[in-house]
This record gives sequence, C-alpha cells and structure tokens, in this order.
Amino acid sequence: MIRISNVQKAFGSVIVLKGIDLTVEKGELVCLIGASGSGKSTLLQCINGLEPIQGGEILVDGISVHDPKTDINKLRSKLGIVFQQYNAFPHLTALENVALAPRVVSKRSRAVARALAQKHLEHVGLGDKGDSLPSQLSGGQQQRLAIARALAMEPSYMLFDEVTSALDPELVGEVLETMRLLKSEGMTMVVVTHDINFARESADRVAFLCQGEVCEIGTAEEVIDNPRKEQTQKFLRRENRKPLEIVRSSVA
Amino acid sequence: MIGMNGYQFYWSIVWDSLPLLLAGAWVTIQITILAFIIGTLIAMPMAVARQQGEGWAYRFSTWWVELSRNTPAVFQLYLFYFGLGAFHINIPSYAAVLISVSFNNAGYMTEIFRGGLNAIPRQQLSASRSLGMTSPQSFIHVIFPQMFKVIFLAYVTQGIWGMLNTSFGMLVGLQELSGATQYAQSASFRTFEFFLVTALIYYLIAKGLQFSSHLAFRLIYRS
Repeated sequence: MIRISNVQKAFGSVIVLKGIDLTVEKGELVCLIGASGSGKSTLLQCINGLEPIQGGEILVDGISVHDPKTDINKLRSKLGIVFQQYNAFPHLTALENVALAPRVVSKRSRAVARALAQKHLEHVGLGDKGDSLPSQLSGGQQQRLAIARALAMEPSYMLFDEVTSALDPELVGEVLETMRLLKSEGMTMVVVTHDINFARESADRVAFLCQGEVCEIGTAEEVIDNPRKEQTQKFLRRENRKPLEIVRSSVA
Repeated sequence: MIGMNGYQFYWSIVWDSLPLLLAGAWVTIQITILAFIIGTLIAMPMAVARQQGEGWAYRFSTWWVELSRNTPAVFQLYLFYFGLGAFHINIPSYAAVLISVSFNNAGYMTEIFRGGLNAIPRQQLSASRSLGMTSPQSFIHVIFPQMFKVIFLAYVTQGIWGMLNTSFGMLVGLQELSGATQYAQSASFRTFEFFLVTALIYYLIAKGLQFSSHLAFRLIYRS
C-alpha cells in the first residue's frame, strides 16, 4: 500500500504540492489527472524518492520513502517508474536495457539476467527485438521497452508519468494495451495521464489535482462523468474540447 | 647526402644508436599509457564533481583544472621533481614525469568529460536511479559509456598530447625518447638528424595510438 499524507513540496519559492493526502491500495489503478503544473508528475517523482519533499510523509509498504535511514535503492526496486521521454539507455540493446538492473542491482548472473530480460520483453510484445538498439525502435516500442525494464526488477507498484504524451497518436494504443495487460494481472498502478478516456475505462479511482491539492477523488464515474467541484468541471470541459480544436486547426 | 645550403647529412650514426632510441620510445609508450589511464580515472569523478557546481569536491577539482590547464607542462614537471625535492621528497625522474603528465591529463580530461556529461539528458540518471542503481552504478553503467562516445575524439587527442608532454622527461634526465635522443646526439652533435628520426618515431607512436583507439571504439560501440 502507498500512503501519502500531507505531502508538501516546493521548488525554491514555488509551492508545487500543498499537503497531498492519497492512499493507493494493493491491486488498485489510480489515475492522477489535472492541468499542466498541477503537481501530478512531481507527486509521482516524490513517491519513488527522485524528488525530496519539504513536509509530510510517503509510506510504501510501511517504509518511509524520505527517511534518510531508508535504503532508497532497495525501496526503488519495489517501485517501477516509466517516464514521458522513454529514457531507454541508447548505448545498450533492448535486451541489455532490461537485463542491466537485475544484473547490477539484484546481482543476478549474466545468463539469469538475460533470460529474465527476454521474458519481460516477450511480456510487452518485444520478444523479437532483443538485439535492437533503442534508436532502431519506434516511440511506442521504446516506451514498452521502458515498461519491460521496470518490470524486470519485479516491482510491487508501477508508476506511469504521462507515458503516452510524447507518442504519435497511432502509437498510443500499443502502450495503453500493455498497461491494461498489467492491470489485468493485478499490478498496483499510479498513472499520471491526460488521456481522460483511459482514465474512464481503466481506473479504479481517479484523483483530480488542482494547484497542488487533491481537489476531487473517487471512481471514474464520480469524478469524470459527474464531477462535483467547479474546477473539475472546468478542467474536463477544456479537455473534451481539445480534439475539436485540433480538427479545426488542421482544417484551417 | 648534401642538403640545402651545403649541410652534410650523416645518417649512419643515427642508425647505430637506433636500439637506444627504441628503448627510449618504449619508456615513452609506457608513461603515455599509464598517464592516460591514471588521468582518466582521476578525471571521471572530478568531472562529476565539477558538474555539481558546489561543495569541497567541486572546489578541489576546480583548483586542479585551473592549475593544470593554465601553467606550462614543464612547470608542472619541475614542481613534482625539484619542488618536492626541496622538501627532501626525492622521487625518480620516471615517477616525476608519470605524475606530472597524469596531473596534466586529468585536468584537461576533466573539462572534456564535463562537456560530454552536459550532452547527456538528465533523465538518463533519473531512469537508472529509479531502477534502484546507486549513483556510482548509474555513472559506471549508464552515464560514462554514453559520455565516452560523445567525447571520444577530444579524449584521444588529449592522450596524444600527453604522449608529447612526456618529452619534457629529457629535462629531468629521464631516458624516454627525447632524453635518449639528447644523450645519443651529444657524442656526435648530429642534432638535426637525430631529432628528425625522433620526430618520425613520435609521429608513428601517435598514429599507432590513434589507430588502436579507433579500433577499440568500433569494437565497444558496434559502429
């Protein structure tokens, strides 16, 4: 279980998170939605300790992420994260990308790590791409590679940070498909997304973040289809209008 | 053979001293490779420290870089040979040349590496840290391999520059290639012939280093 209590975070004088409370239960998929700058990506980076916090606490399976006594590297292997910009290691083949952390962090032998990597590449549908360099893969394939790389550490939780935002529209589907697969296998997931449709279909709960606070939280039906707060309604109206604007500007 | 202005070239005396010159060349190659490796190992953490922009490690590396890049290499050699001698720390000329060339290499390489590190997206470090790798593990397995690819040409050039700097060994009595040449020519004063041959040997060593490092590059980076 991930328990986030009263988390505060500032970059210099800019306060990004103003006391966030959120609990993610085992096996749950929670989507974080909200406008750019609402703090959702920052919150995700705080959960696995990539960003320090100025107040509050985040507990992962009862272990405090930001406690200096915590072995953060050990804790991080429980928390897979996938970024917007794939961040594949460009000097390594797909198989080596996935095998690296099991070998270096989990101290598996080279052969065991490679076998493990192959298994996870197949899991995300890249079984035949093991020898390819990231530069030879499409954006969608690179993003699935990043998912396989995180899965190879056999995490209990997966964090997704706008993983489809940098992709060409026709490549979004394959990545979402992989995420649905993980969900169906019972993975606990926290997903930052602008894809309202994905949130509606797949999320157990949706949290709408606004100006560094959880403005509204509940099932997709509650938050997306019947939002109570005015900010949520405004945000969703803007999001829904977006596709239309794109059509208009491409016609004009 | 008669050159321009009636200079009489006299090559056979150089030929006779060739074993001496080659022994000197071997010392040059040894120091070059050792100083290249030592300089690299020192420059890697120093480049990371320089990138931090604060802290004692940053200040230490900044001083090193400033001193090594803004004073003559001869001065640096004298510092380690005569300077330490003044404090009754006497080190052999071989060690003095090795230390001073390593010192100089490390300073230049730090700045070359820092430029390379700046070219690598910050998210590469986030990505490797997020997999549970420690900071040193991330640098060794993810960051440095990419950095070397970026800075390769400048890096090899610095290695060759370090090789040329070993020639100051002549001034502290080391029989590396220049020292050996100096010694051999002092019997005949056929300075021009001797140093022409020596220059050719330096050139060949430089080309050898360049060729072998390019070969290594292709093997490592599969390109």
